[in-house]
Amino acid sequence: MRPTRLLGLAGVVALALVPLLPLGPAQEYIWHVIIQIFLWSFVGNAWSLMGRFGLVSLGHGAFLGVGAYATVLLWNFYGMTPWVGAGLAVLLTVGFALVVAYPCSRFQVVGHYFGLVTLAVGEVIRLLIVAERDWTGGTASDWWTLQFADRRVFYYVGLAAWLFGLWVWWRVDRSMARSAMEAIGEDETAAASVGIRVARFKMAITALSAGLTALGGALLALYLAYANPDSLAGIGVSLRIVFAVVLGGMYALLGPFVGTALTIALSEYLRIYFGIKLIGIAETIYGLLLIVFIIFLPAGIYGSIAQAVRRRLIRPSGGLPLRA
Amino acid sequence: MLDPIFLLEAVVNGILLGGILALLALGLNLIFGVIDIVWIAYVDLVTLCMYGVYFLVSLYGWPLWLAGLAGIGIGALLGVLVHLLIITPILASPPINQLLATGGLLFFIQSAATLLWSTDHRSLRVSLPTLEVGGIFISFTRLLAFVLAILAMVALYLFLTRTYTGTAIRAVSQDREAIALMGARPQRLYLVTSAVGGAMAGVAGALLIIQYAVHPYFGGAFGPLTFMICVLGGLGNMVGAFAAAFIMAQVISVGGVLVSTEMGYVIAFVIFIVLMFVRPGGIFARRA
Repeated sequence: MRPTRLLGLAGVVALALVPLLPLGPAQEYIWHVIIQIFLWSFVGNAWSLMGRFGLVSLGHGAFLGVGAYATVLLWNFYGMTPWVGAGLAVLLTVGFALVVAYPCSRFQVVGHYFGLVTLAVGEVIRLLIVAERDWTGGTASDWWTLQFADRRVFYYVGLAAWLFGLWVWWRVDRSMARSAMEAIGEDETAAASVGIRVARFKMAITALSAGLTALGGALLALYLAYANPDSLAGIGVSLRIVFAVVLGGMYALLGPFVGTALTIALSEYLRIYFGIKLIGIAETIYGLLLIVFIIFLPAGIYGSIAQAVRRRLIRPSGGLPLRA
Repeated sequence: MLDPIFLLEAVVNGILLGGILALLALGLNLIFGVIDIVWIAYVDLVTLCMYGVYFLVSLYGWPLWLAGLAGIGIGALLGVLVHLLIITPILASPPINQLLATGGLLFFIQSAATLLWSTDHRSLRVSLPTLEVGGIFISFTRLLAFVLAILAMVALYLFLTRTYTGTAIRAVSQDREAIALMGARPQRLYLVTSAVGGAMAGVAGALLIIQYAVHPYFGGAFGPLTFMICVLGGLGNMVGAFAAAFIMAQVISVGGVLVSTEMGYVIAFVIFIVLMFVRPGGIFARRA
């Protein structure tokens, strides 16, 4: 077993043991923060599946929102268990994503235009679910409704979801599709000329990314037992997802996790530190730090560290690059 | 059945709204066309200008017209600051980083405004009489704002076509590399463009504060719409953006009366998405 894998396995075991630790009176809160980090990292990972190939979507809030609201509404109005409801929600979102992705690939809507089309999609979904207003969950606690009084159960759900997201990312990273998608990201016409089916690959990666995002949305809605058009859909959410990923580094496996953990930890810290005095200061500092990070660490935090480490490792060994 | 007079009124209101939207779209499109960066936070600069005019009038007792002119100055200053502090360091970064840096500015402006001035709605309450023309009621304030918006756009047009600097700015948007070879300095032109784009935001802010109450998220509500108008008209295409602003304003205004305000926006966005697929280069793109 290679050392990196061993390290990864040790990390997973350590994370699995966290809920067993005595964390004192604040433990409920700590778990709450970690669960959110897991779920948002999962969503960030799903976004980076597209983002790393140049498909910069500013409308993932739409996929998140459809996933969350479809699950919740199926439960509220038809009493459908989230086990089935979330599945249907994911299918619905994938269908919706394909409807958007087909013309985008067919008519070569790329770059700024792709970003703005997805932004419009996100707004349409947000405005449509504004009609649904807020939704608040019941007080049930069982596996049928996926509601638990004990936060630790959801901790493991979140951990499992996050690991699943990493696994999907890793599979894509090791696949032939990755080379094809990178070629498409560089130059669509050139990629098509060597026989890559551009539209098919783009639609497949969009469907995968949207489906995972919808699952993330369903899990977030179930965990928070609360959904609001602005908290789980819309441009604010879309931008936050992209921010976290770019901040961490979108070309690295753990980039989205690092970025998400940092942004959530930062906003939670600022929120607690300032409390209810000086409303808005936490968000102000958050926005300022985002600008500074984007300007000074363009490859993302994790990405920049990984680059620096690689450079240091390469130099003593006489310039031979390490295996990526 | 809906009274046709309401429909007519919606059309007139749509035209008046179109003037303001066109102003915003032209300012944003100018910056995009020349510097090739989408300022996500452009509409939030409008919010700041609105606050500026509001405080000059309500706190310092400036006359409205003077405060409005000062608002334009504030806008230009903000444009220059954004360019120097945020855009210049990332001119060579990947597009997504450029987009996100100004996206961070959006969070910053909205929350800083909340911090400094709270989420209270602040209004200058300019009450001018309402005109009645053939059974249609038109707010005189809106009409005035519309006329001033058109004048500002004419001024921008003259600046771009009749002055040396304006010609150079149009040249940059056509060919970034060639303009440097012609001896102009792109950096200086970028700065002028940012100032002019910011000034347009200032004009919009001054015209909006006499119609609506300002709050930290006021500008943000116009954001997605403004980007879409720019794309519809063709990014960097000024005439296209102008026409697209009036089309979108009509859809929103008439759709709002026929169905509901939210559905008016939904219809406008759906039309945008569909048109994006039919004509990816904007509705007025010339076929290459």
